[in-house]
Amino acid sequence: MQMSGAQMVCEAIIAEGVKTVFGYPGGAIMHVYDEVYKQNGFEHILNRHEQASVHAADGYARATGEVGVAMVTSGPGFTNAVTGLATAYMDSIPLVVISGQVPSQLIGTDGFQEIDAVGISRPCTKHNFLVRSLEELPRLLKEAFYIARSGRPGPVLIDIPKDITVDIGEFIYPDSVDIPTYKPTYKGNKRQIEKAVEAMKAAKKPLLYIGGGVVLSNASDLVRELAEKTQIPAVETLMARGVLGAKNPLLLGMLGMHGNYASNMAMSETDLVISLGARFDDRVTGKLSEFAKYADIIHVDIDAANIGKLVDVDYPIVGDITEVVEAMLPQLDGIDTDRFEAWRNILKRYDELHPQSFVDSDEVIKPQWAIERIGELVGENAIITSDVGQHQMWAAQHFPFDRPRQWINSGGLGTMGFGFPAALGVKKAFPEKTVINITGDGSILMNMQELVTAAEYKIPVINLILNNHFLGMVRQWQTFFYEKRYSETDLSFQPNWKALAEACGGIGYDVTTKEEFDAAIKDAIEQDKVCFMNVIVNRFEDVLPMVPSGGALFNMMLPQKVEGK
Amino acid sequence: MKNSINERRVISVIVLNESSVLARITALFAGRGYNIESLTVAPIPDSDMSHITIATNGSAKVMEQITKQLHKLIPVYKVIEHEEMVEKEMVLAKFPITEHLSDVGALCAAYNGGIVNVGKEMIIAMVADEPKRIKHFIEAAQRYNPYEIVRGGVVAIER
Repeated sequence: MQMSGAQMVCEAIIAEGVKTVFGYPGGAIMHVYDEVYKQNGFEHILNRHEQASVHAADGYARATGEVGVAMVTSGPGFTNAVTGLATAYMDSIPLVVISGQVPSQLIGTDGFQEIDAVGISRPCTKHNFLVRSLEELPRLLKEAFYIARSGRPGPVLIDIPKDITVDIGEFIYPDSVDIPTYKPTYKGNKRQIEKAVEAMKAAKKPLLYIGGGVVLSNASDLVRELAEKTQIPAVETLMARGVLGAKNPLLLGMLGMHGNYASNMAMSETDLVISLGARFDDRVTGKLSEFAKYADIIHVDIDAANIGKLVDVDYPIVGDITEVVEAMLPQLDGIDTDRFEAWRNILKRYDELHPQSFVDSDEVIKPQWAIERIGELVGENAIITSDVGQHQMWAAQHFPFDRPRQWINSGGLGTMGFGFPAALGVKKAFPEKTVINITGDGSILMNMQELVTAAEYKIPVINLILNNHFLGMVRQWQTFFYEKRYSETDLSFQPNWKALAEACGGIGYDVTTKEEFDAAIKDAIEQDKVCFMNVIVNRFEDVLPMVPSGGALFNMMLPQKVEGK
Repeated sequence: MKNSINERRVISVIVLNESSVLARITALFAGRGYNIESLTVAPIPDSDMSHITIATNGSAKVMEQITKQLHKLIPVYKVIEHEEMVEKEMVLAKFPITEHLSDVGALCAAYNGGIVNVGKEMIIAMVADEPKRIKHFIEAAQRYNPYEIVRGGVVAIER
């Protein structure tokens, strides 16, 4: 069929089954937007900033497991999108971002709104294309979606010069993709898997180290089965919260810089780490030379480059978690689960000694209380997004996540301003869920223009602002490591949150007591409108436990003991 | 601690011959802090691929990462970390016409080369040899007052 390049872009998006696209028009991408106007195969959401468009597509992708799509124009439109690309790249999120580019004949002339998009995005995309001709456009569109979702997923940018969107040509959308240089490995090496299984049977203190790759591979049920069958205790990374479910007795908690005592001690004392889709991030390992010092390491990862990057691995397995765990399970029939009982008991004792706890208060709302309360009030029906900082860590520690893709946050890049636009993407994908962005009074302002988007499109997400009048995480480090010199972290000057939300077509709540908190949550769910819930919390609350940066995982600053626990 | 010893290594990277593929490779080296000692690129005959030869140095661990990270790039078809290889580098050198033609010719012959051009003002010679020997050639050539020496970069082939 004959059509313009712009039409091809829309046809490809429809053919890929994408229902919602986020974006922002501009000069170089106007022809594509003209076709967006004419079609009715997908809905387009106009965010009020390109960064938010990419985060929204990212939230949509994380919640559904499908490829998220965003569209931006050239120059500043693209550069605004870079943080979104980098955020998705660090967390391996499948995105296709389509950017307009100046006409082919103007490339290289410093034209109006020209910037080298493929050059800038090279280190923060899985792959990118500058389209050279209309003939290759259908194939590149197909390849972009394929590359984004296959292997280790990631964002792909297609930069399309304006003239190519105008040109008319034959459109045949390919059925399949053949890139001879790109063949991801899904099946793990059989022999290596057998060896790993033998090591699991022979271990005395094995530990499942579960990472975000389990979520990306949709392998949570299999990993639960693996844990239950072997009765091997488990720790989750920040990106894996919800994989085992908070009620799972084998789950010790989250490990790392703000991991709980039992998890970090387990990692320090284990004799066999079974790493599934985790990448030994510095926020997880602490001091590398002390990390899992007494353990052999099984490392399952679809990305060979992750294996042996930071720690030496005894059983490397390159493959998809789903395929590898499926292969492991039958080989583990009849595994002696009693063998690990003494180990489980030690870890149970550790958790009793230092549980994940906080000292509650009747005078002021504690942020941890607010998060646990959300869990009680909304719990299973909630999908939680977050920004970056103390609130993020408290959410990861205290919310009772019971399934994967219920917890959506920027783990790798740590992007403040991610949570609100991501929540819009989540809510578009799951309108029946209560979507709550747990945020802080710092982060929320970084994409607050999305109030307008949410109000216009009636996307009712709740922004729970845990307001301590500080850039809290930096403040915490300043307290511990900079002799309380609170350099540029005091946010005492505040907007009128309620008025701000209302001015943009949303609603606002000011909350200072537990009673007000419950009432506000109840009302916000009933109102079905975007809201800012300004919750004044204890100003100097710290995120604990904490492993000081560069320290060994077992050297934790612990919270004050709670009476009776 | 064999792992931490920095060794010179040569790798061949077979890539799709498409625009920006070289930029992807050099950007990877720059972004991850790896060294490039020498780099050559040329198309592979009768194919849509190119052969890139990179001489680099690093510990065994770094070399493993370089290989894996290169392999991750979508247009990279194959990465060969050379163990048993024949390695050559070509050099062009320009000498004043006042130097003894036969001396320069003999020197170049000792390094698999010879005089390739003689003009009114200068002699141009070419040699092709192992990188270590190329270093010796450059030292020896100094006594003939070269105007200019251009190194071609390393190419290697597995034995």
